[in-house]
Amino acid sequence: MLRYVIRRVLTAIPTLWLIVTISFFMMRLAPGGPFNQEKGLQPAIKANLERVYHLDAPLWKQYFFYLDNLLHGDLGPSYVAVDFTVAEKLSLGLRVSIELGLSALVLALIIGGAMGIYAALNQNKLADYLVIATATAGSTIPNFVIGPLFQLVFGLWLVWTTVGGWGDGALVNKIGPVFTLSLPQIAIVARLMRGSMIEALRSHHIRTARAMGLSDWSVIMKHALRGALLPVISYAGPAAAALLTGSVVVETIFSIPGVGREFVLGALNRDYTVVMGTVVLIAIFTIVFNLIVDLLYALVDPRVRYD
Amino acid sequence: MNLHIGLKSWLAGSTMLVMTASGAFAEVVYNRGNDGDPSSLDPHKTSTVVEAHILRDLFEGLTSQNAKAEVIPGAAESWSASADGKVLTFKMRAGAAWSDGSPVTAHDFVYSWNRAVDPATASEYAYMLAPVMNAEDITAGKKKVGELGVKAVDDMTFEVTLNASTPYFLEMLTHQVTFPVNKANVEAKGADFTKPGNLVSNGAYTLAEFVPNDHIKLVKNAKFYDAATVQIDTVNFISLEDRATAMKRFEAGEVDTNGDVPTEQLADLKAKFGDKIKLGAYLGTYYYTFKIKKAPWDNVKLRHAISEAIDREYIAEKIWQNSMIPAYSYVPPGIGGYETRTVEYSEKSQIDREDEAKKVLAELGYGPDNPLKMEISYNTSENHKNTAVAIQEQLKPLGIEVTMINRDGKTHFDYLEQHGDFDVARVGWIADYKDPENFLALCKSGTGNNYSEYSNPEFDKLLADAAVEADAAKRMKLLSDAEAIGVARDLCLVPLLFYGYKNVVSDKIKGWEVNVMDVHPTRFLSKE
Repeated sequence: MLRYVIRRVLTAIPTLWLIVTISFFMMRLAPGGPFNQEKGLQPAIKANLERVYHLDAPLWKQYFFYLDNLLHGDLGPSYVAVDFTVAEKLSLGLRVSIELGLSALVLALIIGGAMGIYAALNQNKLADYLVIATATAGSTIPNFVIGPLFQLVFGLWLVWTTVGGWGDGALVNKIGPVFTLSLPQIAIVARLMRGSMIEALRSHHIRTARAMGLSDWSVIMKHALRGALLPVISYAGPAAAALLTGSVVVETIFSIPGVGREFVLGALNRDYTVVMGTVVLIAIFTIVFNLIVDLLYALVDPRVRYD
Repeated sequence: MNLHIGLKSWLAGSTMLVMTASGAFAEVVYNRGNDGDPSSLDPHKTSTVVEAHILRDLFEGLTSQNAKAEVIPGAAESWSASADGKVLTFKMRAGAAWSDGSPVTAHDFVYSWNRAVDPATASEYAYMLAPVMNAEDITAGKKKVGELGVKAVDDMTFEVTLNASTPYFLEMLTHQVTFPVNKANVEAKGADFTKPGNLVSNGAYTLAEFVPNDHIKLVKNAKFYDAATVQIDTVNFISLEDRATAMKRFEAGEVDTNGDVPTEQLADLKAKFGDKIKLGAYLGTYYYTFKIKKAPWDNVKLRHAISEAIDREYIAEKIWQNSMIPAYSYVPPGIGGYETRTVEYSEKSQIDREDEAKKVLAELGYGPDNPLKMEISYNTSENHKNTAVAIQEQLKPLGIEVTMINRDGKTHFDYLEQHGDFDVARVGWIADYKDPENFLALCKSGTGNNYSEYSNPEFDKLLADAAVEADAAKRMKLLSDAEAIGVARDLCLVPLLFYGYKNVVSDKIKGWEVNVMDVHPTRFLSKE
């Protein structure tokens, strides 16, 4: 097992390098730079700025400069928000995104999972249709509709939550974004869970278990659920990576200072280092969560072995 | 991070909220919407109005602005000029102090201005100090830092030597790039001097918190010389990018004022919020610029015909819901002593203008059989697109086939700066200080922002003469004549609309004076 983990971590290094390299050059292919704006700068002033940030060096030199800094854990300064380093910006954004994303993920797994199991046990009955209808609605209504609707109902009419903002990170600031983030996830998890549960319930070992006279609870929770969880787990890995690194739409609607907004603003502002930092971060998250998923597989399914 | 910690901080947050709600503090808190995050709180490294709003509360330059944006004494309590207007002597305010208690002296300004023009600082707005002797050469690396035309005669006397008499210099001193920073503070903390807890400032407020993309909290500076009259204890600058969310947050009372409203909903919003929505002329112009070097746009008659056929009233009313004002001159009205010069068809009816334009195009050989192809470039934005579409429709009857291309802001302005091969492009200009020169310089030969590449020695000479003219009235006349030639006659650019400010201000906020600079220092406001 340990050898497997080490091997996976080692293969992640060239993957990361490739991602960094491709993103670095793709970012520079985009026309314009961090210092282009409606009020154009005088050439002498622009030259000063580029010199300060080493943007006047040839691109390959900048690339090695960046790579060297990256290896030393330095993500560089932000060109647009000059009071902050990229590391400072991302750590602040990540704190917020992880808090929201993790809450949304846990909600999705618990509520979606429960809904899916319940629907599977009541296949083709009213409860099943209700779950399917809810799940379809949840995954088809986009979050840029749900978010503003939530703000209107709970923020403006009922005044139970704030309309937006992070403030000091109070509960009332978080309910809206967490709800909006989790709704589509609940829907997807419910559908996955329902499908795989139905399949698991039909399998031979469940029939055997029932024939042996085990209680319903024991059949479902001990035997069927383990197998049925596999598709949910393999979905949850990448979903977690995506949720924890922030959602642009939800963060923009609720004015939340997370990583997702940082990434898009960074790209629009040509804040090269911020974009690169976010790419590295998302890549690491994706790699780590995929690894976690594979390890969980071994844990849940005794047939999977990595030695 | 795990769920446990997440839950704990949720609970802590809600407890805080209950405490605040129960009225544990009686402080006056003003939640002020702002268009985004500042790029820095170092006054020498900023350029936009987003930062100006915050820095105006944190720092104070030699001069300052009152609630109506009129120039008033700031860190300097008085000043005098030499006979030729080239040497200005500022008497520093007795009793003015930094937030750490040390006095604000002439030496602070000598240090700060030298820092602002130093190439190593890489200040985007260093050119605001260009009237000061040697400033431009220092920024361009041609002269050494320290050769700037400023000196501290003694602690309380600051002397500035200018290249020429510059009547608007006092107005320029309200710009943040001329604000002082505390030398001991900058040297001790280095790049981190702008962080909360580190920043020493000399304005009515000091920095307490900075959460990027969320809010910046400023608290009243007890050391400020006029602290007794400052009524708002805490001001939170809240970063609002999504205008729809911003409006909802205003409605919910989460923000007291905001500087932007969704123009597409303006009619509804006006009906709903009444005089809480404040619209008015602002010192800025929305214009199109032709590539004058390129045929057929080098033909001034053609440029005028196109300009004449554009129905500005329609665009202002239908596209911008009257948040913008039709423009027939480049320099907006509202600058004291300056007479704007409009294009000659400004008083005609739109029907007459169209007839005239059609005639000119026919004379030039264009028409339905031989259409003129024209491409409008603009930076991505719903309203810029709608404006271009309206113009496309308006030019169709003239036999002009308009196509459009949009690029994201950075790409668009980079393309213009690189003198890309466009036909006509959308640009906007907001004044840095209240003076026509700030607009007209954009049509001067070789200026970086002169995207049309218009070049006329006659126009350049009028600007050069104005730059050295000591008599204010004569100077304004020279500038006005320059506008008559460069804009009204030659159409170095096509003015379309004047910007309007769009504020939404809660009834609770008192002392909000509308003004063309859209400047509202918090120290003159109060909240019920």
